[in-house]
Amino acid sequence: MFGRIYAIFQGRNREFLRDRATLAWNLLLPVVLMFGLSFALGGDRNAYTVGVLQDSDTIVEEQHPFLGMRYIKFVPVKDKDDALLKVSRHQLDLLVEFGDAPRYWVNPDSAKGHFVELALLQAGTTAPPTIDKQQITGEAIRYVDWVLPGILGMNMMFSCMFGVGYVVVRYRKNGFLKRLQATPLSSFEFITAQVASRMVLIMSITVFVYAGTHLFLDTRMDGNFFTLFLVAVVGAISMISLGLVISARVTSEELAGGLLNMINWPMMLLSGVWFSLEGAGELAQNVAKIFPLTHVLTSARAVMLDGASLADVAPSLLALTALSALFIGIGAKVFRWGQN
Amino acid sequence: MNEGRVPLTPMPTVLEARNLTKQYPDVQAVDGVSFSMAEGICFGLLGPNGAGKTTTVEIIEGVTPASSGEVFYYGEPVGERFQQEAGIQFQNTALQDFLTVRETIEMFRALYQRKADFDELVEQCSLGDLLDRDNRKLSGGQRQRLLLAVALVNRPRLIFLDEPTTGLDPQARRNFWDLVQRLRTEGSSIVLTTHYMDEAQVLCDEIAIMDGGKIVTQGSPEALLREHYKGLIIELPIDDVTGDLAGIEHTVFDNLGIVEVVTSDVSGSLQGLSAHVLSLNHIKVRQPNLEDLFLDLTGHTLRA
Repeated sequence: MFGRIYAIFQGRNREFLRDRATLAWNLLLPVVLMFGLSFALGGDRNAYTVGVLQDSDTIVEEQHPFLGMRYIKFVPVKDKDDALLKVSRHQLDLLVEFGDAPRYWVNPDSAKGHFVELALLQAGTTAPPTIDKQQITGEAIRYVDWVLPGILGMNMMFSCMFGVGYVVVRYRKNGFLKRLQATPLSSFEFITAQVASRMVLIMSITVFVYAGTHLFLDTRMDGNFFTLFLVAVVGAISMISLGLVISARVTSEELAGGLLNMINWPMMLLSGVWFSLEGAGELAQNVAKIFPLTHVLTSARAVMLDGASLADVAPSLLALTALSALFIGIGAKVFRWGQN
Repeated sequence: MNEGRVPLTPMPTVLEARNLTKQYPDVQAVDGVSFSMAEGICFGLLGPNGAGKTTTVEIIEGVTPASSGEVFYYGEPVGERFQQEAGIQFQNTALQDFLTVRETIEMFRALYQRKADFDELVEQCSLGDLLDRDNRKLSGGQRQRLLLAVALVNRPRLIFLDEPTTGLDPQARRNFWDLVQRLRTEGSSIVLTTHYMDEAQVLCDEIAIMDGGKIVTQGSPEALLREHYKGLIIELPIDDVTGDLAGIEHTVFDNLGIVEVVTSDVSGSLQGLSAHVLSLNHIKVRQPNLEDLFLDLTGHTLRA
């Protein structure tokens, strides 16, 4: 069995590695995006974001004139500790709590925090100036640091889903799968070889790109490299499995492309590749939880930016493993070699 | 034809199909096909495009599920042994891009327990000069030889060749026939589907002619021709005929523009015809072949 899996694994690797255009695209896309963003954005975010500590999900502007100010994004937050961590990381420019004892938290090292603080105090001139100030310290997280897992995750998603899903459909359409079906190779062996091949290739590319950006852009890494690697491996398996489900029966490359994009684009937009979902609606945040990429990015950022341990990201890894098992189970059940 | 290959003692039955059917939503592709073939022969499934040949062999190969019917390999339902011992060349098969001929053969060899000797296989299929060539850069004939090599990587006891020479130039076809002949002499059993009657006549010990999903007749090419034709065929252009050929048994093929007369007395028939034709210059006298047989049995040509 292993001999057969290895033969198919090796064949697929050769096919991918010798297709120079595809290989270059897989390598260049994340690199160009990372360096481009790094230079274009100067390593920082543009919008003012203020967390409002409250139990409700909606911001009531009447609470305080500050909440009616333009050009500031107000995000309701419930978890105070998490919000304070974000203030310390410069992910939130300021955290404010209204109520019986109004108070706010600001990071004195944050330039944007300073301006938002002035805006808060200015707005407060028409109301009793009883708001209490607290200071939070911490090093800023550059946008490049924050977006790196997003870009690597997005590249992984496209590579896993198209690199497996689209290729399997192409094999089915041109009769190569039918040729393999006529050999002693089982569908399990074929699928295992495809997953293994794509795993090795995407992990090599991801590690290469990560190492390059880490070296040249000095990206932040507060956690453990092994934990991050594990997150990437488990995440890649889940996305390859999702690609296999989509390609299990489809016989048209056009339909496969459409289906893959139908999954990829919402996943890219809702999983927090480019921007945080802090301000997104509850529905969007709940939908995002079913996407493997959401769990990959949440875990990777937790490890890289907050120094999360393996135990901390274990729930997300378990969720990814469960999703993979579900996808592989469905994929194996409905898989067809031929077009009939 | 392959006379002289009839064994003195009955050979075991290598393959048996019993009442195979395949019903698609809008067409009955295979309709009650049954046949058996002895070990060591080349069995031809002959018929025009759409006759059900490919569907029949794909049911036997296990890549298309039958609506009903059974297939036996050496008396047992087809299974793992069949997969290990059968070699299959499909009509249309893509190979992986960017792989060389050598890598393609090695990859397929690794899928089987029984393995052909690599060098022998390369020599057998005349691929020695092509081993490092990318699959994408092979000509039609070279590609067919590679696909045949892929079908032979497991030293198969039973080989399926589905329209193996379609699209090849005459020389490449001849070379391919030589390869198949060599396999036969080495003892392999072969199932060949083709719509080229000359190919079947050269390669096959036994044929089954299919039309509309059914086998319309079956036997050795010589026996079938002997059974259906007593003599030679005189063929003349329909435009050269004057009158109604009264008293002469004949068949008119409007679509081909010819009239045929089957006779065991060529001289007498030519004398009789001379009174009804403008000229004898375009007359052909020839041996009946499988295409004639198919035409007579089904009413349409093999390449329709």
